[in-house]
Amino acid sequence: METPDQIRDRLLARFPGAAVAVVANPGPAAQHSLLVGGAHGRAIAEFLRDDPALRLDFCSNATGVDWLDREVTDVASTTVPDPAGGPAKVVEQKTKRLQPGYLEVVYHLFSMELRHGPVILRMRTGNRSDKVTLPSLTPVWRSCEFQEREVFDLYGVVFSGHPDLRRILMWDEFKDHPMRKDYAEPDDYEWEPTPHGDVLAKAKLHYPAAEPAAAAPKEEPKP
Amino acid sequence: MSFSDLSPLESAPGPQIRAVHDEFHGDLLEVSMGPHHPSTHGVFRMNVTLDGETVVRLKPVFGYLHRNHEKIGENASYLGSMPYTDRLDYLCSMTNNWAYALAVERLSGQGVPERAEYLRVILAELTRLLNHTCLAGFLLQDCGASGTPLMYAFREREKILDLFEALSGSRMMCNFQRFGGCRTDAPPEWLDAARELADGYGAFLDEFEELLTGNEILMARTQGIGRLPAKLAVSAGVTGPMLRAAGVGYDLRKVDGYGVYPRFEFRVPLGAHGDTYDRYMVRVLEMRESIKILQQALRTLPRGPIIDPKARLRGFRAKPGEVYSRIEGPKGEIGFFLVSEGGPNPYRYRVRPPSFINLTILEDLCVGHSIADTVVILGSIDIVLGEVDR
Repeated sequence: METPDQIRDRLLARFPGAAVAVVANPGPAAQHSLLVGGAHGRAIAEFLRDDPALRLDFCSNATGVDWLDREVTDVASTTVPDPAGGPAKVVEQKTKRLQPGYLEVVYHLFSMELRHGPVILRMRTGNRSDKVTLPSLTPVWRSCEFQEREVFDLYGVVFSGHPDLRRILMWDEFKDHPMRKDYAEPDDYEWEPTPHGDVLAKAKLHYPAAEPAAAAPKEEPKP
Repeated sequence: MSFSDLSPLESAPGPQIRAVHDEFHGDLLEVSMGPHHPSTHGVFRMNVTLDGETVVRLKPVFGYLHRNHEKIGENASYLGSMPYTDRLDYLCSMTNNWAYALAVERLSGQGVPERAEYLRVILAELTRLLNHTCLAGFLLQDCGASGTPLMYAFREREKILDLFEALSGSRMMCNFQRFGGCRTDAPPEWLDAARELADGYGAFLDEFEELLTGNEILMARTQGIGRLPAKLAVSAGVTGPMLRAAGVGYDLRKVDGYGVYPRFEFRVPLGAHGDTYDRYMVRVLEMRESIKILQQALRTLPRGPIIDPKARLRGFRAKPGEVYSRIEGPKGEIGFFLVSEGGPNPYRYRVRPPSFINLTILEDLCVGHSIADTVVILGSIDIVLGEVDR
């Protein structure tokens, strides 16, 4: 099978202007991946599926990774010649910068027909709050249908073009995205809104006689 | 069908609702089937829209058993997740363990001694026998054959569980594989017992098949029901016996050749129609191949250490990097995607659950069939909710 670099070169030739880069994997597995911009994500996925040399017809795994904001230290080393004529000194200058966080979606593609793989496709969102839309690859590989719903549910990536984007593991009324690294668990999982607070006040409007004043609950509603 | 017919692959369109409102048809009826329905193999719900008795729309609803397994895996040490993988597909803890151990070994470049590789194959094939036997029993239970086939299946399952208990100390939650080998060695008595079981299993299958395979009622209930086209199966990422019943020869034991599988002779049975009967039949045939692998592995099991003496377990840290690794579990491709940042626990721990992804096409299989067939089709997909919900 072609190396990720070769696939990247072919993609750049096929889609001029697309953002395609190879993300190196330093581990012993050395599964390098292709980082693709969201704008061309769908077209590139279709190309990978239909290309006769690749035929990546099987999207085995689709999942998300949450990368928080992190401080990165860049080291720039400059060689300063010694004015006295001695050996040149190497001066390292460290600069810290904040690398903004993002959500990443990873697809592991294989070919059942040609029996090769994996080719790893990654797409990144703009940030972790309001620019979280990525193109859905469910129209390309049906196997992404539930897995993208899971990424939407647990990470909060919004897939445009998904036929049925709903929560899948958590319940529909759930607010947060529990797989995010900065997710804070609610205080009390068992709390139900039925007999407390706003719901009770509303119920009183409907059934004023059924609710004697003395039976009103004294405890504060939990958030 | 030949494999070249499959391309170019397109995603199948979702089923369309046939809303008919004339004098011959009543309104569509929505039924919430589950989560405590006995045929759903756990807590699983289907929102079914019915036209008479015919399914026109079906939306699976799950997550009742969700405990965010992946988040727990990210907060636990590498070894700490091993017993937790038992709880994914709780019928097949040995293969779950192997899939996870293999992923961590590939993440860190850890090797495995020969004897451990053989023992892993033996345990994985015993798990496959166990899973497929149970599945056949449950499928027949779903068809309405109350008791008899399931009890025959459970009798055999019990023998395999006894072997697991003797080796690992636990019947179902085995927690047996380690990074770089296995936890304990198999004594000669255990190997004799395993040999005896492998040699006797064919006779049980003969008996089971005599009871079921040619059974008229089983054939009437399953043949032509829930047909899965090969093209859709590939696109929807269906794996395992379901994929092979649809006629696609893709078995990771052959394709990836992980472990020592290339050393054994076995065939990959394929279905011709992709219906529920084929899914039953492929599993029965796979069990016969598993027996062959077991007999070969037990005959050629080498001596030696069971775990790499240099393997680190408790203070394990992987180098920064990531890996996606998969094996052929009894239900399909079970994979683990691990991202390491060099710390004592994985930055990202992802399970690729086969039965979760195999459920994608449940609606496509059921639309047009009666509600009673839905139960049989779901039974033939072979789901375990511990893995679907995670």
